[in-house]
Amino acid sequence: MIRWLMQPGVRAAVPISILLLLGFIGPLLMVTGYSFMPPRTFSLTGTPTLANFISIISDSYYISFLWSVGLAAITVLILLVICYPVSYGMAKMFGPWANLVTMIIAVPLLVSENIRLFGWVLFLLKNGIADGSLQYLFGIHLPSILYKVPAIILGLVYVYLPFMLFPLVIGLSMVPNAVKEAAFDLGASRFQVFREIEVPLAMPGILIGSLLVFVLALGSLAESKILGGQAVIMIADDIESAFTFAQNWPKGAMLSLLLISSSGCLIFFLFKRIDLDRIIGRR
Amino acid sequence: MSSEISEPVLQLRNIVKKFGDFTAVDDINLDIGDGEFFTIVGPSGSGKTTMIRMLVGMDRPSSGDIILRGQRINDVPANKRPTCMVFQSLALFPHKTVGENIEFPMKIAGVEPGKRRERADELLAQLRLPLAYYSKGVNQCSGGERQRIALARALAYDPDILFFDEPLSSLDFRLRKTLEKELKDIHRETKKTFVYITHSLEEAMVMSDRIGIMNAGEMIQVGTPAEIYDAPRNKFVGEFMGEVNTIEVERVSEKHVRSLSDGTEFTVAREPDNFERGYLIIRPEIVKIGRPAEDLPNRVHGTVFNDYSLGSRIQYQIRSKSDQYQWLVERLQDEPYEGKLDDEVYIGWQSEDAILVSD
Repeated sequence: MIRWLMQPGVRAAVPISILLLLGFIGPLLMVTGYSFMPPRTFSLTGTPTLANFISIISDSYYISFLWSVGLAAITVLILLVICYPVSYGMAKMFGPWANLVTMIIAVPLLVSENIRLFGWVLFLLKNGIADGSLQYLFGIHLPSILYKVPAIILGLVYVYLPFMLFPLVIGLSMVPNAVKEAAFDLGASRFQVFREIEVPLAMPGILIGSLLVFVLALGSLAESKILGGQAVIMIADDIESAFTFAQNWPKGAMLSLLLISSSGCLIFFLFKRIDLDRIIGRR
Repeated sequence: MSSEISEPVLQLRNIVKKFGDFTAVDDINLDIGDGEFFTIVGPSGSGKTTMIRMLVGMDRPSSGDIILRGQRINDVPANKRPTCMVFQSLALFPHKTVGENIEFPMKIAGVEPGKRRERADELLAQLRLPLAYYSKGVNQCSGGERQRIALARALAYDPDILFFDEPLSSLDFRLRKTLEKELKDIHRETKKTFVYITHSLEEAMVMSDRIGIMNAGEMIQVGTPAEIYDAPRNKFVGEFMGEVNTIEVERVSEKHVRSLSDGTEFTVAREPDNFERGYLIIRPEIVKIGRPAEDLPNRVHGTVFNDYSLGSRIQYQIRSKSDQYQWLVERLQDEPYEGKLDDEVYIGWQSEDAILVSD
């Protein structure tokens, strides 16, 4: 035991282990603990109960849960369509310019997400930058999408773009040009090369990007609050109100637990079904 | 075998390929015969890869015509041409099994699964691969097996012409020798036209019916292996054949030349038209050393200063007394030179064994 503790690898892992234990595993266990406590209590010492679970499934929380899942799925689809061509260019065509594109996309990450979203509010507002410019330049007045579902989707797509783009770039750069040329040379059309060769070989990147965006969008809050007004309540909104406004920690904890476990299951099954090793060619 | 071909399947007319100001392929004319094993040989940067990419349809020539069975195919993309290539990297599909790789061109062509499987099994057998490999992952196969899979996949396409972009270059010597002979066998069995590119003239000699030697974007010489070996057209081809002795010479009188470095005179049996100045190429294996050299018409006096074993042969280096040129002489292992290192000896050769070229 002592000898095991003295190994350099083990010693080097001590700080991160303590951090993960206190900052990740600990809160997760507390959330799990609270979710089985009697409603509206603030201690972990009560008698465990399923009351929160029952009240959640008998209530209409499934609506906000479905909104979250739906919006996250739409975000993933839109980002796949937007990011695929860009990442193809970055992986295969831009050459030295790819670094510049990376910079341009990464720099907004240095600004707080909320501030960027408020920027969008100013832009989309009635008589705001977009509307005002259109009126001034063309004399047309279009209804604003602000505080409606499209604005939420816009916000989600905007905020999570880098999380789709960069994994896709890595995925696509793993597809050797010669392999695509060989397929083309053997008679495949450009679309067949795309379907049979490029997409399967870039799948690790596509999957990781999609999962990252899906999970992040599922738990997102700021987009629906700032850009969506109260048009739609997403599940993270419900969790927040349970913890703050309603002062019902156990219910908020149970909602969190359900969200975490459902996205966990999704990841688990996706990775189980799709054999990453074979795609990468390790087997 | 002569360099005349019966019926050309592929004709290249004034092919030029430029990348900006750089001319990678410079005005090449070539006929490749039906069923021929033709090899394009050249050092790296000679334009041979650019050349084959145009022939396969991956790149377009800047000018000139590529004619396949009488049809100009410059603008036909690779996937519409009845030709295909075995890539240097092989470019197997890593996410597909051996069977799926081989069946790929047939699947694209819409062949039904039963027929595909039948043909895949045939090809596995023809390429000496176990039938059980059908469902194996390609990354589990060895280097030699992967070569055979790539060839099987190309044959499954049933091309008119099969191109090879030095696929054997990454293999170790013994495996390469085995596969060169197998490739020659496959060529004979399938009766297809093979166009192979390599930087190794030795590899080309083993397999080819005819060889084209490229340098700096130009086709320097085309001919059978024997023609090229016996009569290299210039110094580049001569030196590309392997280690040779090259002496810069000028003409003295008919069939007499003089070394530019020390003025030694040599006689030759043939000289090119209008020869003024050029190179005398003498192969190490035709040079005699010691006693047998003493009566020969062309002689050099020097000191033996090195010997190397080349397996079946021994190579000696002899430093010439008059101009310090380091001559290479080769003897068979079982008939070595009798003397010692640092001996002063004569080396010599018959006039008809040396080759005189202008450039």
